[in-house]
Formats: sequence, structure tokens, C-alpha cells
Amino acid sequence: MYVAVKGGEKAIENAHRLLAEDRRGDPSVPEVTLDQISEQLSLAVDRVMTEGALYDRGLAALAVKQARGDLIEAIFLLRAYRTTLPRLAVTEPVDTAAMHIHRRISATFKDLPGGQVLGPTFDYTHRLLDFDLADPGNAPPGAPSAEPRGDPVPHVTGVLGHGGLIEREAADDPDAAVPDLTREPLAFPADRPARLQNLARGDEGFLLALGYSTQRGFGSTHPFIGEIRMGEVAVEIVPEDLGFAVEVGDLLLTECETVNQSKGPRTEAPKFTRGYGLAFGYAERKAMAMALVDRALRCRDLGEEPKAPAQDEEFVLSHADNVEASGFVQHIKLPHYVDFQGELDLIRRLRAERDAEVAQ
Amino acid sequence: MSVVTGYNFAYLDEQTKRMIRRALLKAVAVPGYQVPFGSREMPLPYGWGTGGIQVTASVIGPDDVLKVIDQGADDTTNAVSIRRFFARVAGVATTERTPEATLIQTRHRIPETPLRAGQILVYQVPIPEPLRWVEPRETETRKMHALIEYGVMHVKLYEDITRHGRIATSYDYPVLVNDRYVMAPSPIPKFDNPKMHRMPALQLFGAGREKRLYAVPPYTKVESLDFEDHPFEVQRWDDVCALCGAADSYLDEVIVDDRGGRMYVCSDSDYCRERREAGHLGPGGPAGLEAAE
Repeated sequence: MYVAVKGGEKAIENAHRLLAEDRRGDPSVPEVTLDQISEQLSLAVDRVMTEGALYDRGLAALAVKQARGDLIEAIFLLRAYRTTLPRLAVTEPVDTAAMHIHRRISATFKDLPGGQVLGPTFDYTHRLLDFDLADPGNAPPGAPSAEPRGDPVPHVTGVLGHGGLIEREAADDPDAAVPDLTREPLAFPADRPARLQNLARGDEGFLLALGYSTQRGFGSTHPFIGEIRMGEVAVEIVPEDLGFAVEVGDLLLTECETVNQSKGPRTEAPKFTRGYGLAFGYAERKAMAMALVDRALRCRDLGEEPKAPAQDEEFVLSHADNVEASGFVQHIKLPHYVDFQGELDLIRRLRAERDAEVAQ
Repeated sequence: MSVVTGYNFAYLDEQTKRMIRRALLKAVAVPGYQVPFGSREMPLPYGWGTGGIQVTASVIGPDDVLKVIDQGADDTTNAVSIRRFFARVAGVATTERTPEATLIQTRHRIPETPLRAGQILVYQVPIPEPLRWVEPRETETRKMHALIEYGVMHVKLYEDITRHGRIATSYDYPVLVNDRYVMAPSPIPKFDNPKMHRMPALQLFGAGREKRLYAVPPYTKVESLDFEDHPFEVQRWDDVCALCGAADSYLDEVIVDDRGGRMYVCSDSDYCRERREAGHLGPGGPAGLEAAE
């Protein structure tokens, strides 16, 4: 009977073999390939890259396959790989104003420079199961193609900024090194770069719920979507021996900027404030939720009293990481019988003392 | 077991090990103080001992002999997994015998066999902050440590006494280290707390998810918090180990049937085996032994 909890090496090995077999499923069904995952489950791959904090579609697809579609497990796999990679260089900040746009919408202006580009969105689809998809081979009708507009697509917040209607956003010290939460522990109070980094890696579901809570009155931030844009941006580094920027690749990003109603302190002219969200790939829900939570967390900077969970920096940042959360929640299935024995002993003792008292 | 290639000795790169060793030096210099460190993401889940593993990886050398225990036993699944990890990435010798080990990584127990000078005991720590249950905020607890504001801990113990007539904490029982810092001993049963006091071995604590390290240097004073009229006491059993007859070790309860039948066996599997090899026999006798193995 003791053997059940005192498994050995053999039990672990067998468990892993069972896992591999279950992962493969029915061998008469063709095995899924990484290309198929990357191309056809691309939003799963995007989420794994974002929260795994590593932009590599191939590795993220491998992680999704290895994790049997469990995305948090896939994120963990990618993180554990990422941590072994050397840091070769720090890129220049990416210029999202120069993004090659696939989608760009604003909820604050009907028309604006650069236009509204709907792109490949689920919005306005009717969520009716498409039974044609059940059988492979039904190729979709070709999508209309158009030349990219090519005209500049300035940020809405920049447009508002010209009139001083929205707060200016500038780094405290533009030359200061950006913190790296994977190398240094998070300290409180956290500055905004550290907060944004934490949120970018943070669990989409957690941020979604927190962002939702701000809309229902728990730390209301009255957001408007200034804009959402999704597309490719160039990544540049400045090699030390060259001294000028060279392009090393590009990233597909989703960026969300909110414009928040805010009267601000009485000493200043009223102006709008901002929230910011950014994710790898096409991850609109994540970017929007992140922007809402970013704005909520800025309460102290903006002279608002933190009252709601989404405004509580320690609460939000300490619990946003799903790899940490998943590990710690699940660790309680590890044996705890030594501690439990202590509790058993205690409860029996307390009960015995109580019984003795009652008997008197 | 074959050693995996493509990874540095003991998995972590040398820069990371150096960063952790520096944090450990600080921890040893300020006994009981929680040192923040750049905890890495490990290939094992948080909560499975990532802090302890990083500490072990940073201090282990090719000549070390490693023992890994979980709940006092060498053959619990997670202990097997961690021992296997180091056998694979460091190729070091492993042992189950406490006296033979130079490095012991543990979860939830201190071995019954007293440790000697030169040995290192590495604890896996889930929640390094002993004040966490009275104050969830890190910004507050750091201040409380700085100001030695530990009254709340005694209030908590006092509340136990008023409500239950005794202190109702059976594991992770808070200690005062070197008359300065209140420290979480990790979730060891309070039975093990006295072993920490002036232990000749170096005690290192790693909390990976919480990104904290702390230490108790050899021969350091470690006191369990208590009151003069409610002195600290450890668990006692009316039974002895069914296998080896030990009356001085921490016992695990084993359910033997569905009618409330139970027996007790040593939680420290190495200690139990050593005693049996020395000829000690418990009331469970050979039958009990068979059942256990």
C-alpha cells in the first residue's frame, strides 16, 4: 500500500511513456505537423509566443504539439527553453508608427490619417459552426487583395497629443536600461517599464478578468480604444563595431492604445490619459486587456486613490504569471504527508483536550 | 545514468551560478535575511523545488555526493525526479545514506541522523516570508523585518492559545535566527525545528518562484517563537515505528484498512533502513516490512 505514494524511477518512466502515447492519439490518424499548427492554429502559436516571451513560430508550434494543445504547458516549455538562450543584443525600440498594417481600427474617430482597415477579424462574424470546415479540402474563396495604402499611419494618441489633449508620454530617463524581469526580481513599487513587461508576459485570462472588472466599476478607468493596430514591424540592432542600426528581422505585433477620460488634478488642465498593450502576433484580446490593466495600475501616478483589485500593483503583478501560478497551484498534489501528519496530530490533540473538558 | 550533452555542468550557466553564489554569500553574512535574486525559469515547474534546485546547481561540484529527499524519503517521486535531473546534468554521485552525502536537497524534512560540519542542507521553500500569513504585502513585510516589528507573530500565536488552548501551528513554525530575523523554516514539521539550532552543517534556503534566498550558517542560534508559559514543543507519538521500532523519529501514519486501522513508520526512510540493518525491529515485524516494500 505504501508503494502508491513511493513511486520510483520506473513509475515515472512508465508515466512518461504513457503520456507520449496519449499525445500521439490514435496512430491511424495522421500526425499533426508543426507547419499545420503554425499555419492553422496560428492564434494559439501567437499566444504561446507572447506569454512564453519568445518570438519563434516554429518553437512555439513544437511546444503546442508537445503540450497536447495545453497552451499554459506550452508557454512553460517555451519559457524553460528561452531561459537557456544567450542575450546577444538589445534591439532599438520598434517603431509601431512605421508598421506594415494588416489591421488598424480606431473607436474614437470615424476617419483618420491612415484610415480604418478591418483586416482578418472575427468581429462581425456570426458565430455559427461552419460545417463545411469539418471536411478538409474545402478551400476558402480567395480573399480580395489590395496594395498596402502606403501613406503614413500616425498614432491616434499622437494626433491628440498635438493639441495637448492627452498626457505626454515620455520615459523618465530615455537612456536608462530597460529592466529585464527574467534576470532581476520584480521589486515594489514597480516602475512602468517593469509593469508593462510583467503584463506582456501575463496570463491573458487573468488580465481579461481584471480588465473586465475595471469596466464594471472596480476601479473605473473609462477607456476608449484610441486604436488597435496589427502588422509587421522591423527589428533593428546597432552592432557595436558598426555604430549604425541594421535590420535583423521583423515581428508581427498587436498594439492597443486606450484614451481614458480623466479630469486629472485640479492644478493641471484636464486631459486624457493612456493605457498601453502590446503582444506578439495577432492577439487583440490580450493587448486590449493589458491596456486596461496598465491604465488601472497607473492610478498612483495620476493622483487617483487605488481602491480596486486591478489598481493594486502587488496583487496584479504578483499573480499575473501563469507559469508561476500553474506550478504553485498544482504543487499541492505533491506529497504533503509529513505536514498533514502534523495537522492530524494537532487536531487529535485538540479534540482529546476538548473531550476531557466536556467530561469534567 | 547517461549525462546529457549540450548543457553546462549542473544545467545553469556559470554567470547565473555566480549571481546565485553572490546572493548566497550575502544570505550567509546576514543569517535569516531574505535576499532577492534573479531566479531563473527552470525546466521543472514552480512549486516543485526550483529554488532548491538552483541553489544546489550553484554550489555542487563534480566531487560532491548528492542526496535528495522529499517528505524524508529518497524514493518519493519528486525526490527521484530531482536526483535524476542532477545525475543527468551534472553526472555527480548520488546516495541515499545521510552520512555519505556532502549535499542534501530536501523538501519538508531534516534528516534524523545529525548532520556534520562540511555538509550542506538545501531546503526547497514555497513561501519564504514568515509574516505572509499576517501581512500579504511584500512592501509591508520588508519594512516589518527592517524595523524588527515582530509583535504580530506573537499575537498570532497568542490568538491560537486563547482559541485552542495551545499553539496551533504544526509545520513551517516560525523561528528567530541569530536574535535578529524571524524566518520561515520551510514547511518542515516543527518536530525538526530544534535540529536547526546550532547545526554544524550549512543550511541554505531557495525560493524560486518568490525569487528569494536565505541561509543559516553553521552553529547559528535558531529559536522557535514561543511564550514562557507556553513553551515550544514538538510532536510526540504514543506509537513507535512499525518497521524499526524507533521512538525518536518523525512518524508517518499509514492507513492499512478501511476500518480505521493504521500503523506508523519512519518518515526518514534512510534512518529507518539504517536501524533495521543494525538489527532493530519494530512491532510490525517482517510482515510490516513486506507491506512497506
